[in-house]
Amino acid sequence: MGGLTLESITRSLGQVGTTVLLILVASVVIELLLYLLLGKALRSRYALPFMLLAPAAVGLALLVVYPIGFEVALAFSNMSLKYFRNPTFGLAQGWNNFKTVFTMPVLKQVKFFPIFLHTVLWTTINLVFHVTGGMALALLLNRPMRLRGLYRTLLVFPWAIPQVIACLAWRGEFHFEYGFVNVMLTRLGLTPIKWMTSPSWNFAAICITNIWLGIPFMAVIFLGGLQSIPKDMYEAAEMDGASAWQQFRNITLPLMQPVMTPAIILGTIWTFNNFNVPFFINQNELETSDILVTALFRAAFEYNRYGFSAAFAIVIFAVLFIFAVLYIRTVGGLKGVYE
Amino acid sequence: MSVQAKPRKEKTTFYRFFHAARGDSPFKRLLIHLVLIFSCVIAVYPVLRVFSVSIRPGDRLLSTSLAIIPDDASFGNYIRLLTEKDFLLWIWNSLVITMATAIIGVILAATSAYAFSRWKFPGRGPALVFLLTTQMIPAAMLMVPIYIMAARLKLINTYVGLTIAYCVSSVPFSIWILKGYYDTIPVDLEEAAEIDGCSKISAFLRVLLPLSTPALAIVFLFNFMTAWNDFMLARIMLQQENMLTWTLGLQRLQGQFQTQWGMFAAASILVMVPVMSLFLYSSKWLISGLTLGSVKG
Repeated sequence: MGGLTLESITRSLGQVGTTVLLILVASVVIELLLYLLLGKALRSRYALPFMLLAPAAVGLALLVVYPIGFEVALAFSNMSLKYFRNPTFGLAQGWNNFKTVFTMPVLKQVKFFPIFLHTVLWTTINLVFHVTGGMALALLLNRPMRLRGLYRTLLVFPWAIPQVIACLAWRGEFHFEYGFVNVMLTRLGLTPIKWMTSPSWNFAAICITNIWLGIPFMAVIFLGGLQSIPKDMYEAAEMDGASAWQQFRNITLPLMQPVMTPAIILGTIWTFNNFNVPFFINQNELETSDILVTALFRAAFEYNRYGFSAAFAIVIFAVLFIFAVLYIRTVGGLKGVYE
Repeated sequence: MSVQAKPRKEKTTFYRFFHAARGDSPFKRLLIHLVLIFSCVIAVYPVLRVFSVSIRPGDRLLSTSLAIIPDDASFGNYIRLLTEKDFLLWIWNSLVITMATAIIGVILAATSAYAFSRWKFPGRGPALVFLLTTQMIPAAMLMVPIYIMAARLKLINTYVGLTIAYCVSSVPFSIWILKGYYDTIPVDLEEAAEIDGCSKISAFLRVLLPLSTPALAIVFLFNFMTAWNDFMLARIMLQQENMLTWTLGLQRLQGQFQTQWGMFAAASILVMVPVMSLFLYSSKWLISGLTLGSVKG
């Protein structure tokens, strides 16, 4: 039933079990080597912490550091489906790849800079709605009233749903004839919208879905911050005759800074790198709806231009890196990290 | 800020009177409730729609009716999903991979976070910054090299590559959360245990770990959710029909040319209900865990 046969059960258990065993054996070997090297031979004070770190460090080296290095190498190659076994590496190839990123269409029609601007627009729109919507809900929920717990639980729904399901469900609801969005529009006497075929409406559909998905996270984080602001401050402000807006502007916002800043940074990075929403809602694979990350995925796995996509990925990372450096400059260093 | 230093006001008669006086008018309260109810409807309606589609009989899948529970509700879609499709297999595959990776991920993060929290070893600062930077790398960026590495090692269409990749993927974030939590536990406790004859390791296992159960639970849940909900990595690693995880299976149900709407909705409900209950049940811890690292800094 449901495709679940004894054979398939044992196959997945066997494969995953072998992998776990492999990881365990590798860890034991690494630990022994480190113990002999650092503990016995060098008598280092830090033998134990390094041994504790080793398995995670090796894992990250294998799956983050090495792939990054490999990616740089790939960017200087002509690897594609045709040259999968025997790619040639060289500076000329790399130059060619990076030149292609900026001058030729990334997929079929759209070039790099339109997609880049589109991504910036996408990130800005989403973040503005997430922050304002989240703040509005948090402010409404941050007062004694009935049914507060119920509202909170219901409002977290979009965050709680597995994202793939949410995206696929929304995609269905943007169906021209049977999706509830258009059904409601028709009942209101408006003309139904071609969410899937019209480029600008498709972009709107993607934004609507992501705004729906993202507001609860911000609302919950902000609500936590609001609850930690002492109530006396508002009372004092009220005694002095401050209006609600003045209280928000001069008490709430400054005191919420430590909560809002990390939430906004995280939100920016998540939105910029969001793959599921633009990938799934864009059913007809309109290139105009692609953001950098989905364009990268398509270039790599639908067009199989591996060398080119490696160069493209490095350019995207450079964009994020510049953003981070600018941000750190304005905020003032990574002091908190070191303690 | 001098205001914070003031002792907290007791709820005196004056306080109550003051609040009653500033209390909102019934109209304003009604308005707030209306806005909140409206927001809740927006938040919940798409989920209800999925449920509604899942209990529609097969011949009425495509309809413009907006009723949540159709008159002729039936569980036909669920039965067809379980008998005609490999739904249980998808869930089983996902479950095995996810459980194994979440457990290994927690172990990796718990030990590393211990080293970061209790020792000032050379290279600690840069290592922490590195962990933070990895959060910025788009997942799609590493897909190309990981796919080619996996293809060269002949790991495509096996769970080996997928499992290893999932184990590591949430380690940086988990280390940050656990380190933040360990930092709040006084070292004295472990030192006392060491005076009583414990080694560093057994002090860690017997004192620090039991005290960190809430943080470990958060990290486990986070690892679990990340792997459970992943689509992209599974999409490039698994192509064979009988190896799919549930995210891939669901995408096939909602394929480009023929959408099996009813079965897709039924599958969504079956996946969604346990995940959402777990999430809503644990959301309080989850949120405290998310803010822990950032507030502590």
